[in-house]
Amino acid sequence: MAVHGSTVTPLPQDSPQELPARPEQVDSKRAPRIQTVMARRARKGWLFIAPFGLVFVAFLLAPLAYALYLSLFTKGLATGTRFSGLENYFHAFSDPQFLKGVGFVVRFSLVLIPVQMAVSLAAALVLDHLTTRLAKFSRLMIFLPYAVPAVIGALMWGFLYSPSFGPMQQVFSLFHASAPFLLSQDNVFYGLLNVVTWQWAGYYMIIVYAALQGIDPSLYEAAKIDGASTWQVAFRIKVPMVSSALVLILIFALIGTLQFFSEPQILGPVANGSITPDFTPNIYAFNLAFGYAQFNYASAISFSLGIIVFIAVYAFMFATRKKGSTLS
Amino acid sequence: MEPSASDDEVQNLQHRRDPYVNKKTVAAALSTVALAASLSACSSGEAATESASTTSCTNKIVHADAPKVSVWAWYPNMAKVVDNFNNSHTDVQVCWTVAGQGAPEYAKFQTAIQAGKGAPDVIMLEADQLTGFELQNALVDLSPYGAADVKKNFSDGSWKDVSQGGSVYAIPVDGGPMAMIYRKDVLDKYGIKPPTTWAEYETAAQKVKDAGGPAFGDLGSNVPAALTALMAQKGAVPFTYDLADQKKISIQLDSQPAKDVLNYWAGLVKKGLVGTQDQFTTDYISGMVGGKYATYVSAAWAPGYLTGSGVGKGKEKGTFAVAALPQWDASNPVSVNWGGSTFAVTSQAGDKKLAAEVAKGLYADDASLTDGWKTQTIFPLNQNVLRSAAFINNRVDFFSGQTANKDIYIPAENSYKGFSYSPFTVYYYAQLQAETVKINSGKVTGDEAASELQNTMVNYAKSQGFTVN
Repeated sequence: MAVHGSTVTPLPQDSPQELPARPEQVDSKRAPRIQTVMARRARKGWLFIAPFGLVFVAFLLAPLAYALYLSLFTKGLATGTRFSGLENYFHAFSDPQFLKGVGFVVRFSLVLIPVQMAVSLAAALVLDHLTTRLAKFSRLMIFLPYAVPAVIGALMWGFLYSPSFGPMQQVFSLFHASAPFLLSQDNVFYGLLNVVTWQWAGYYMIIVYAALQGIDPSLYEAAKIDGASTWQVAFRIKVPMVSSALVLILIFALIGTLQFFSEPQILGPVANGSITPDFTPNIYAFNLAFGYAQFNYASAISFSLGIIVFIAVYAFMFATRKKGSTLS
Repeated sequence: MEPSASDDEVQNLQHRRDPYVNKKTVAAALSTVALAASLSACSSGEAATESASTTSCTNKIVHADAPKVSVWAWYPNMAKVVDNFNNSHTDVQVCWTVAGQGAPEYAKFQTAIQAGKGAPDVIMLEADQLTGFELQNALVDLSPYGAADVKKNFSDGSWKDVSQGGSVYAIPVDGGPMAMIYRKDVLDKYGIKPPTTWAEYETAAQKVKDAGGPAFGDLGSNVPAALTALMAQKGAVPFTYDLADQKKISIQLDSQPAKDVLNYWAGLVKKGLVGTQDQFTTDYISGMVGGKYATYVSAAWAPGYLTGSGVGKGKEKGTFAVAALPQWDASNPVSVNWGGSTFAVTSQAGDKKLAAEVAKGLYADDASLTDGWKTQTIFPLNQNVLRSAAFINNRVDFFSGQTANKDIYIPAENSYKGFSYSPFTVYYYAQLQAETVKINSGKVTGDEAASELQNTMVNYAKSQGFTVN
């Protein structure tokens, strides 16, 4: 890309007189020559794509195809491998452990995504409104958790939640009470909700903030002249104008949450067993493959999850295609 | 990026400056070649490490000319053990790697089995994992490679744990005879003698609780192996499995003894007599240091682990002591085992005979074993050590000079009868852990946990192609 860009940029200056020769304006005699050039360029295009294509095929398409192939076979510990077609998929969609995991991530998304969007939108609107130095600092601080690797963040929360070391415990002990353990069976949902919101809200805030910065200020001016209050400007102009960004982060969040893995996997050892090996579909697939040696069924589980994610995202994009017309 | 690129396209098409185009083609071709070259360099590098997994060792190779055997192991003093082996062998050298402790290592091994390559020649496995890997033909039967030579070094129980019929799949190194570690200061404070039966254990726990004392013990959900051992102590035989008849397994997780043990612990939890904290966590260790648990029902390697985590030091020094594991029937004591590891030869080993030599000789020399038991990181199973005066009479520092080996651990080890493990230990432990979590949160009774466990395991075994009876 760098080579391409740097050698081409000087061109407009040294030969502007040739500009009228647009392909659609070319007369019939010159057409074959253009076609040759285009054909040559098509070949060249493939050459440029080749490095990426190679990596893409080797590390994405080939593994996917292999996993699909694996998922069509069944191997029991006591039996050999046999071709079983879609049997693994039927099994997956009637497997209570898989369905339990899917149920969890769906419930989790239903709560997490609105919370996350509300937090990031609110932060972005406030930061967009303020122009003080504090606002710049806050923007960085809100974004900072995203810069912390997910694993490190989860480990850190594991410590913060700890019933014997965590700061929560120390605060509660001032009042002679004991803090709730946020990773216990009943609380783990909220404990994780907090970790993920903390981790991602800053990132989504930046996306919304960038969209807000792109709005033409003359709109605000016009609104002010019409007598709109700051709140009205925020909710009648800013929010509708960034709706496409909101749709985007919703899709990001939906995909991310359905594939929930790192945080529960890291917090598992300190969660007193409330994060089970079938906690989310991805954790279940991981344990099936590497713990229980069921690579075939794990592949089927992974694909089943992929299908669910695809359907969820497609349905959502279909539902928002008119309202979020700026999306595409 | 996008718009500028498409502008370039348009301009380029308009100019049709062929020399320029050629130059660009050449540049593109060159960059492609360069990238392809670098990619192939990567892959050839990988191939090199793959074909000889003995190129990157954690340890120093003493005799560079000797053939190397790759080993995965995680004993804390493994560096010394490997050096001892390499210094005393000119015909073979160990190339050692830590591939994770327990579960992470098994996951890597499992992946290597599936891939058909990438496994080490010799691997450290806990005894309860052997059957599962044997069934997948991942381990080599060591009996043709002179396993019988070292059989005399081990008790019948520990030899049974590594054998299937006439086949021997690993050489034992250390074991985990169970006992009851307790806080002398706590028991003294409430005027309690170390309980010798489980009935006394409960009474003592109640007494401590009534006096406002700490939890008497702990039922961690993440130590299913310990809970299984406690079930076995009452006479439960959860699994009966023989590799000679691969497809048949007997599962008895809802037998009366198993139910009794689960009910007993569920009762202790319900009455608030024991904690429900997962073990080996910082929270648990801090509880041990702070005297939050009066007893710790655990294995012989536990003191080394606790010492390593800083327990029993400073003002806590001399607060710990050990007593025999409480019994169900004091007149008929039963010893059980938790943990302990072995060295097995994998079926991917290049030179199986050489690998077997390593499995037999590694961590089997006096210097290594002595280092292991002195730091209490292992409880050796080698009878030469168990019978040595130094070991028998050792006054254990952690237990303030108690002759713990002579009084507690050696008798426990010698009366251990062995145990029959299932070929799907990882799955079983995960299910038992899930049930323990339910018990700990009061959602099920011991009876219910036992029947759920039974159903889950029977269904799983059937789905894996076993005939269950």
